[in-house]
Amino acid sequence: MTATDMTVKSTAGADDVDAVPRSHPGRWITAAALVALCAGWVLSLWNNRNIDHATIADFLFDGRILQGVLLTVGLTACSMLLATTLAVALAVMRLSANPVLRVVSWGYTWFFRGTPLLVQIVFWGYLGLLYEKISLGIPFTSIHFFSANTNTIVTPFVAGLLALGMNEAAYASEIVRAGLLSVDHGQVEAAHSLGMSPTYTLRRIIVPQAMRVIIPPMGNETISMLKNTALLQLIAVPELYTRASWISAQNLSQVELLIVASAWYLVLTSVLSVPQYYLERRYGRGAGRSLPTTPWQQARHTATRIRTRVAQVAHTNPRNARTEADS
Amino acid sequence: MTPSPLVEARNVRKHFGAHHVLKGIDLEVRRGEVMCLLGPSGSGKSTFLRCINHLEKVDGGRIHVDGELMGYEEHASRKGRAREMKPKQIAAQRRSIGMVFQRFNLFPHLTALGNITEAPVGVAHHSRADARARGMELLRRVGLTDHAGAYPAHLSGGQQQRVAIARALAMEPKLMLFDEPTSALDPELVGDVLSVMRDLARSGMTMIVVTHEIGFAREVADQVVFMDDGIVVESGAPSRVIDDPRHERTRAFLDSVL
Ligand SMILES: Nc1ncnc2c1ncn2[C@@H]1O[C@H](COP(=O)(O)OP(=O)(O)O)[C@@H](O)[C@H]1O
Ligand SMILES: [Mg+2]
Repeated sequence: MTATDMTVKSTAGADDVDAVPRSHPGRWITAAALVALCAGWVLSLWNNRNIDHATIADFLFDGRILQGVLLTVGLTACSMLLATTLAVALAVMRLSANPVLRVVSWGYTWFFRGTPLLVQIVFWGYLGLLYEKISLGIPFTSIHFFSANTNTIVTPFVAGLLALGMNEAAYASEIVRAGLLSVDHGQVEAAHSLGMSPTYTLRRIIVPQAMRVIIPPMGNETISMLKNTALLQLIAVPELYTRASWISAQNLSQVELLIVASAWYLVLTSVLSVPQYYLERRYGRGAGRSLPTTPWQQARHTATRIRTRVAQVAHTNPRNARTEADS
Repeated sequence: MTPSPLVEARNVRKHFGAHHVLKGIDLEVRRGEVMCLLGPSGSGKSTFLRCINHLEKVDGGRIHVDGELMGYEEHASRKGRAREMKPKQIAAQRRSIGMVFQRFNLFPHLTALGNITEAPVGVAHHSRADARARGMELLRRVGLTDHAGAYPAHLSGGQQQRVAIARALAMEPKLMLFDEPTSALDPELVGDVLSVMRDLARSGMTMIVVTHEIGFAREVADQVVFMDDGIVVESGAPSRVIDDPRHERTRAFLDSVL
């Protein structure tokens, strides 16, 4: 029994009851077991003679690997930007009163969700074999505004971006649609009654409320996207995984370089959860009774608690201290 | 010469599928007048109110507000037919008509003041400073000065409804529509909302109020209209319609709510 329990108890009257939190011995036991398990696994990796730790250390911050990390981050950001923009357009089209727009949106989702991502990546990567030139003009006339060699426009980076972004848009549009549908129709009526146009209503009233529903699954999608960029090795986009595989093809340290790449993917996905947390807070305003605390606030709160507790222990009188020793 | 009425509804008809909800409504509301619309649930009161600001399309008949045909354009070449306006034009027409809903419909992601200033800033293009100053003045009028920064989830129903009234007033409407503004409130919160509406009526605002608060109708209304099953059964001064109903249906309804 701790000193604080003692001080609280001494203030309670005869017919009064102190609310003491339940103890959870089960949690401590499972936590200890899990820590032991993890420690064992890490140790087995550490002592494994088939893994060369020096190689891992050498390549973790190798210039080529870092360049790959940078490209992976860039690709993820650009693809998600493209995907989100397309997704909002697709979701709005899907919910529109115009049947042509509805069918176009449905058809897009049907096609891009219905074919493997890998196939789509290869298709964009080898677009130059299908169409030698890309041109913009009026069909069935000889008028061309613009024309260029496919491979100069659709570089491996662009091909990867289009493949990942357009595929993701099909999934994200369903998330955005669910978000838009989650907003009560009374909101639209109130906005319209104030003279807001349909676009203004969407932008200022519906989307900000839909964000609360959209952000958590979109965080998930961003993490998937980050890892899916590894598929671009197939069309030689020099991102993290491609770089790792190029290096291991030379030095034959496949496992070590896979560990290096995985470590970076883990770091990146961990970092991603930070903006998600703050976005959720930002769009959660007004939704609940109070906002969740930020880790920073939590740390300060814990510090204050520890400080008051220390102060309490220091002020406990000798009689209570003795009772504690007895029990 | 008598001035033209602010609201003029002629033979307004509306179906939902096979369901004939409005069967030809004729009404007039003069400037500065308060009209209370009574009637049993499902008689078409909300639908009629929503037709006035074109939240609902009419199937036939016409509604003029301040001389403007609501929601439709008439073409001189095609007599007797009108085509629906573009969304932008409809939005512009709605700016001069405020509406208050049974379930408040405040924007939950905006503070009380944010709810009030959103349309003046974003739609009417007033400066943010002006909109805020006027918003605070409106909050004072509805007795919520201390709650400017509160989100709707932190306000009681009565407070939310008063913010909703202030939000509608911020666009400086010529006409205010109220659809059962106190029906979703706990009984002890009804009084505050009704008193805000009473003050508004005294200030000369033209109002159409759908309500079951007979006491309020008797006190504030210049004209009471009793609707049932998509038609106007009777209308007139409150003392006439409420205290001396001519129709059996009106009498039965008043007996049930009083
Ligand atoms: N959007 C709608 N679709 C189908 N029926 C509706 C719709 N809105 C209202 N109604 C029907 O129209 C009738 C009148 O409704 P309403 O105007 O809300 O009545 P009141 O407000 O007088 O209670 C009701 O029978 C209702 O079910
Ligand atoms: Mg109603």
